[in-house]
Amino acid sequence: MASPSQRPPSKLEVFVLGFIGLAGFVGLWLAASTSGYVPRQFLPTPFDVLARAIHLLTSPFAGATLPVHLARSLERYACGVALAAAIGVPLGLAMGWYRWLDDIVTPVFDGLRFIAPIAWVPFAALWFGTGIGGPIMIIFSGAFPPCLISAYRGARFVDSKYIEAAQMLGTSNLRTVAEVLLPASFPSIVAGLRVGAGLGWQSLVGAELIVASAGVGYMMVQGQSNISTPTVMAGMLAIGLVGLLIDVALRQMEARVRRRRGLA
Amino acid sequence: MSAIIFENVYRYFIRDGRSFPALDGIDLTVADKEVVALVGPSGCGKTTCLRLAAGFELPTKGRVTVGGQQVIGPGPDRAVVFQQFALFPWKSVEENIAFGLRNQGAAASTRQERISAIIKLMGLEGYETAYPHQLSGGMQQRVAIARAYVLDPEALLMDEPFGALDAQTRIVMQEELVRIARVNPRTVLFITHAVDEAVYLADRVAVMTRRPGRIKEILDVRSVRKAERWNDHERIEDVMDLESFVHLRTHIWRSLREEKMEAAP
Repeated sequence: MASPSQRPPSKLEVFVLGFIGLAGFVGLWLAASTSGYVPRQFLPTPFDVLARAIHLLTSPFAGATLPVHLARSLERYACGVALAAAIGVPLGLAMGWYRWLDDIVTPVFDGLRFIAPIAWVPFAALWFGTGIGGPIMIIFSGAFPPCLISAYRGARFVDSKYIEAAQMLGTSNLRTVAEVLLPASFPSIVAGLRVGAGLGWQSLVGAELIVASAGVGYMMVQGQSNISTPTVMAGMLAIGLVGLLIDVALRQMEARVRRRRGLA
Repeated sequence: MSAIIFENVYRYFIRDGRSFPALDGIDLTVADKEVVALVGPSGCGKTTCLRLAAGFELPTKGRVTVGGQQVIGPGPDRAVVFQQFALFPWKSVEENIAFGLRNQGAAASTRQERISAIIKLMGLEGYETAYPHQLSGGMQQRVAIARAYVLDPEALLMDEPFGALDAQTRIVMQEELVRIARVNPRTVLFITHAVDEAVYLADRVAVMTRRPGRIKEILDVRSVRKAERWNDHERIEDVMDLESFVHLRTHIWRSLREEKMEAAP
């Protein structure tokens, strides 16, 4: 909370302060890894990690280069998130419209949603295997709850005037859900997709713990068994950067949706 | 025939386990192709009356019929024009107007014909592809009226249709509504705060008591309008200057003021 006497910082100040924070973080890291108290092998310097990441761009580790690992990860990730959206959004909207469906699904959903994606790993491996099915299911378990909740909340809080307008125009239930509830809750749904996409990406490494072929998580696990900390940290760097890019892209999409609707 | 008939209608609201009367025995008939304005102190249940005719709510006792059919839910035979327009913001002007017609499964060509006709009638040409938030309040309300009119409904229900508009736009829209009603007469029940508007637009004005609402009196504007030849005047301000208009308006004002005075502690 800003105290009332504080004026809002200018854009330049925000940038400079952010830079100071990042530089401080990297500086501390650098100091720790060069201090001699920690073996370089366990805490490489930021430059070691960067060099390792650049090296991995072209030379394969654990069977593939970093871009190929990333591509395989993104494939699984896209499948998991798409599945979560394809099931979560329609189900959430329908639950917002039909009270009985809400009453049926909510207890099951509430019972399951506190099981973290990582906790699904053994089960997913047993049921769906370590090929494509298991990892997708784990990513799905991370991305699904926000998709469903945002669509449900969006549908439940649609301004009643739109529903009444649809009713007096003689609109069927199906068309009301598809052409009134869906677009009316679209800003909420897009916000939920953004959260879901983030959580899905965060579940990725967990999902790839059980993978036996390729993927950033797989690469990191292999790096761990080879005691190659720079490889592990290069993987973390890649995950962080790609996650950030996904979030930025979805943020822009959300802003565009809101602008087109005249909301912002 | 498409009369709107309220037969001894009661409506109670339950709040905190107690029941509050909102409407206390409403009897009102809006004859076929007649325009009736409902005025009354705020909170008297005008909007509830309209919502009962629309089918958004059901009476606790008594019944509402439109065109001989008892109202049991909302439907396109009773088109509603909302105070806040309630246009779909994600649909263009044309899509908003087409929405109800598509529900009726009309063929694309007839649909287009009717949409073009209503767009022309409402002066919305050139705005077909615009989105509601790009339009002024007056234009949005034109779209809302077009969306209702295009369905060719038995009855048109309007909840303070011009309440959200500025004074000048309001006058333009009132004149417009009179013009459209001459081309295409409908059975209309509308609610308003503005006594001027009620006298100018309606064939009869029904004055309600304060809550719980009852019909206090009904004034026949039509016979005065005919006798005093209001329709010879093109402009709203000329009509509003006529002695017979002022007389009616003052009468309704007094009637409403009585209700407000009695409501005071």
